[in-house]
Amino acid sequence: MKIKFVDTGFKKATTLIALIVVALTLLLVYNMATNAIPSIQKLGARFLFTSTWDPVKEDFGALPFIYGTIVSSFLALLIAVPVSLGIAVYLAELAPQFIRQPLSFLVELLAAIPSVVYGLWGIFGLAPFLRSTIQPFLSRYLGFLPIFKGEFYGVSMFTAGIILSFMIIPTISSVSREVFLAVPFTQREAALALGATSWEKIRLAVLGYSRSGVLGAIILGLGRALGETMAVTMVIGNRPEISASLFAPSYTMASVIANEFTEATSNMYLSALIEIGLVLFFVTLLVNITARVLVWKVTNKVEGGIRE
Amino acid sequence: MKNRLLILMAIVLTATSLIAGWSLADKLLLINGAGATFPYPLYSKWFYEYTKIDPTVNFNYQAIGSGGGIRQIAAQTVDFGASDGALTDEQLKQAPGELFHIPMTAGAVVITYNLPQVKERLKFSPDVVADIYLGKVKRWNDPRIVKDNAGVTLPGEPIVVAHRSDGSGTTNIFTDYLSSVSDNWKTKVGKGTSVNWPVGLGGKGNEGVAGLVKQTPGAIGYVELAYAVKNNLPYADIKNTAGNFITPSIQSTTEAVNGKINSMPADFRVSLVNPDGKDAYPIAGLTWILVYKNQTDKEKGKKIVEFLRWAITDGQKYSADLLYAPLPESLVKKIQEKIDQIRY
Repeated sequence: MKIKFVDTGFKKATTLIALIVVALTLLLVYNMATNAIPSIQKLGARFLFTSTWDPVKEDFGALPFIYGTIVSSFLALLIAVPVSLGIAVYLAELAPQFIRQPLSFLVELLAAIPSVVYGLWGIFGLAPFLRSTIQPFLSRYLGFLPIFKGEFYGVSMFTAGIILSFMIIPTISSVSREVFLAVPFTQREAALALGATSWEKIRLAVLGYSRSGVLGAIILGLGRALGETMAVTMVIGNRPEISASLFAPSYTMASVIANEFTEATSNMYLSALIEIGLVLFFVTLLVNITARVLVWKVTNKVEGGIRE
Repeated sequence: MKNRLLILMAIVLTATSLIAGWSLADKLLLINGAGATFPYPLYSKWFYEYTKIDPTVNFNYQAIGSGGGIRQIAAQTVDFGASDGALTDEQLKQAPGELFHIPMTAGAVVITYNLPQVKERLKFSPDVVADIYLGKVKRWNDPRIVKDNAGVTLPGEPIVVAHRSDGSGTTNIFTDYLSSVSDNWKTKVGKGTSVNWPVGLGGKGNEGVAGLVKQTPGAIGYVELAYAVKNNLPYADIKNTAGNFITPSIQSTTEAVNGKINSMPADFRVSLVNPDGKDAYPIAGLTWILVYKNQTDKEKGKKIVEFLRWAITDGQKYSADLLYAPLPESLVKKIQEKIDQIRY
């Protein structure tokens, strides 16, 4: 009798706690939406599709910020995913025992560095390095590509993407490593028994088996990249313009809020900034949903890998 | 047994903290303020020094930005606000009572640049500064820059413009200045804590702009005088309305306040840019504390008035060390009359 009471009580308590998350999210959206009303009413859909951001004349268009957020995050993924998977495979499968622990520790330490430190290092370390070394190289050999055209000042979409990739590598690699370690040994043994080489074993048994888990890790990383504020603000150049070149300065939604919220005095201005927050919320939601759907698609399609 | 001990400890802890809280509250009157970040170093120095003069009062100041300061004083969640920009007529009308602007100190905005090969201090005419920020003057050896800097060899590098990306009083003063010297700027861009910049890169805070300028050869940017001096950044002389090139300094900023004395409105909502006076530096601004004329809390009102009186007189001696410009005597007298009108 008592056990049963504890059981149901526990269930109710945890349900309540879980519901708090739902309530908080709804409250957040509700508050942002009500505060954004002046801007939504005045600007309507123009807010999403125009590129002028003029606080003086109170004309606001969020397109460059949306573009900047999405492009910088995907650029970060493009760099971070191969590197992170390499780290994870090495740590889970290949590294000698005495290297695993210290290296995993170091990777996780990277995740604990505050983003403002990444930003400072970005301005004083990475940006000058990119300008003096990487950019001349890219301009000379790949300059015919529109993404590597134009002047480079150190701060740019390119720099922001690289900083972001450093920030999400620990997340993606440590989660992926856990996923790889969770692959049952029977899978590896089966692959080896079939005469697989070490590389084939990793490709067939480990990577194939943990595909959905790895996608989950990438989504986690993407979430961090989309919402990252401080480090990006310091290296992206803060210019609300859409440019094909990655060397051009850009701007993200999180950055403009962080930059302008404290000194926004007029109601309309404040409301436009809050609407940006709302848009950021929905963009993040949309990207997450797309990624989840992708995970379902991939996990339903059995291909390679050995399933239980 | 263990539980009972825990409960006893909890009771003792609560009781002691309550008693401690009461006795502190008995002794100290807490006055809350919020607003501008620019005068924060001076304000915290003042609040610290003032506890030696009146130990019964404790000031708590949150440097959340002028925008936040204006909102909080209008919502009456703080006892005083602080702002680098004067309130608009509309904002004053929306406030629940009559708000006073009390000038506390003045600051200057300087033009800094990165030209390692140039050893001399550069000079700029107002229209050249505006056209650089409009993207019309593109190279350092532009004839208009060369004309103001006779004898200086200027490189042909492109000018990389840097500005603040965060909303700030510094930007407000700077764009106010550009609007006052260039009609083109006034109609195209205007003034504000953030504007739609025609060209350039945005850096967060003084340190962000300084970082961009330091890292980029050929860059130009604007920062607070205090920041430039403390960090040994090079800064330019600017031509004032009298036609003299003035080096930004505490004295030339105080001169800017002096230059506006005659045209000072009764509510002190004045912009300091382009003041009269042959020694006045033209890119300067006041920073204000915002208080209600009619104080609702008698005791707090009295303490605030006492503090304000002290800050604009004896308190001014702390300004120069922190690189703020002390207010001139003539203005202090006018402010004292204003403070006398506060009712509590």
